[in-house]
Amino acid sequence: MSDRVLVESPLDPATAIYDQVLPDGDGWIHEVKKGQTFRIVDLGGNQAADTLFYSARDFSERYSALDTINAQGAIYLTTGSRLLSNLGNELMVITADTCGRHDTLGGACAAESNQVRYSIDKRYMHNCRNSFTMALASWGVGKRDMTSNVNFFMNVPVTPEGKLTFEDGISDAGKYVEMKATMDVAVVISNCPQLNNPCNAYNPTPVRLLVWGADVP
Amino acid sequence: MAPDTLLFEEELRGGASFAHVLKRGTALRITAVDGGANVPVTFFNFEIPVERYNMPDTLKAQHTAHLTRGHCIYSDMGRVLCSITHDTVGWHDPIGAHSTDESVKEKYGEHGYQEFRNDWYTSTRQNFLRELAKFGMDRRDLQGQINFFSKVHVDNDGRMNFIPGNSKPGDYVELRAEMNTLIIIDTNPHPLDPNPTYQPKRVHLRFHRAEPVAADDYCRNSCPENIRGFINSERYFL
Repeated sequence: MSDRVLVESPLDPATAIYDQVLPDGDGWIHEVKKGQTFRIVDLGGNQAADTLFYSARDFSERYSALDTINAQGAIYLTTGSRLLSNLGNELMVITADTCGRHDTLGGACAAESNQVRYSIDKRYMHNCRNSFTMALASWGVGKRDMTSNVNFFMNVPVTPEGKLTFEDGISDAGKYVEMKATMDVAVVISNCPQLNNPCNAYNPTPVRLLVWGADVP
Repeated sequence: MAPDTLLFEEELRGGASFAHVLKRGTALRITAVDGGANVPVTFFNFEIPVERYNMPDTLKAQHTAHLTRGHCIYSDMGRVLCSITHDTVGWHDPIGAHSTDESVKEKYGEHGYQEFRNDWYTSTRQNFLRELAKFGMDRRDLQGQINFFSKVHVDNDGRMNFIPGNSKPGDYVELRAEMNTLIIIDTNPHPLDPNPTYQPKRVHLRFHRAEPVAADDYCRNSCPENIRGFINSERYFL
């Protein structure tokens, strides 16, 4: 793997207007307003933060993984990546990243995909699309609008031979990714509860979520 | 294939689109008449269209970032919508995007109906949205597509490169429906295709009855995940 470019943020957590810990396995929905900066901190290391983005004014405009990676000509997200909507508009731009690579091809785990990937009897296990469903439902939004996501802190390489692999994580405790909202954006997170996959050492951990106001330099 | 299995066939011209409910137990062979084709296709459970093609679930289940014979096309409900039973190409692209009116105009310029009639430039997005509208759906339902006959290579740094000339005249791929699958087919060029000229390629579509899925079916048994995906599809019809 090539060298990753790591970019730190000058922002001080003491000046954040929002600062909460999202427990392992929980869902979250929050509006990040235009100009505000949003940070996700991987508190325990190699925890997947599965994240959806919508225009807060019109949920039919939403993050598109394919449009995003095709526009930048590369499949991994890091500092400088513009998170594009299905209408070609920028929702967020990543402004700092101390992990260096985030996945957007791996999707989010579901009861049904766990059945396929692991065993038919795994349907009962808690999963990301359960958390997405309930977080979206709290705002009156349904499955039809559940769309492609980013997996912050996940390492899902594609090989030159065209294989999709799940590699050991490259994140660590305290690594973070930060992004600035280009419009008012509804952010939905599932702090991944997956227990069938060694990506998180079978031990989901909390993440810390911070927002800085648009007036913070 | 025996002639009495034929249901119907037609040619889909370059830049055109088509929607069809591919019934369980039937199959579609798409042939690249001229080579160099790009055929974006998206998939829905016709009975419950909020169940639809899911790219990550398709790739994760089969540990692949390209599609060929033996691979299955998964819905977001852990079921196999279609399986790829024949393929002379070897690589179909699931990670490229599809063209939009804006990207077509930027790349190829304006080419409107008033001047060019039915040789005007279209885009995959426009064609998909129009076909979706006929089924009561809109952009909220559009999740992505597979670009049949196209190849996008990803290098070790994650950079995506379109590989020209991935299909030759006569190449074909065959999809067998494992559920009643609404498929929307388009023939617009791949957005990463560096060709600066708008040259969408026609394809031939052949719909026919498929052989029953045998216990030793190649797609069903190509990995343990696909056995479970087939079980989920079979249970849906019980």
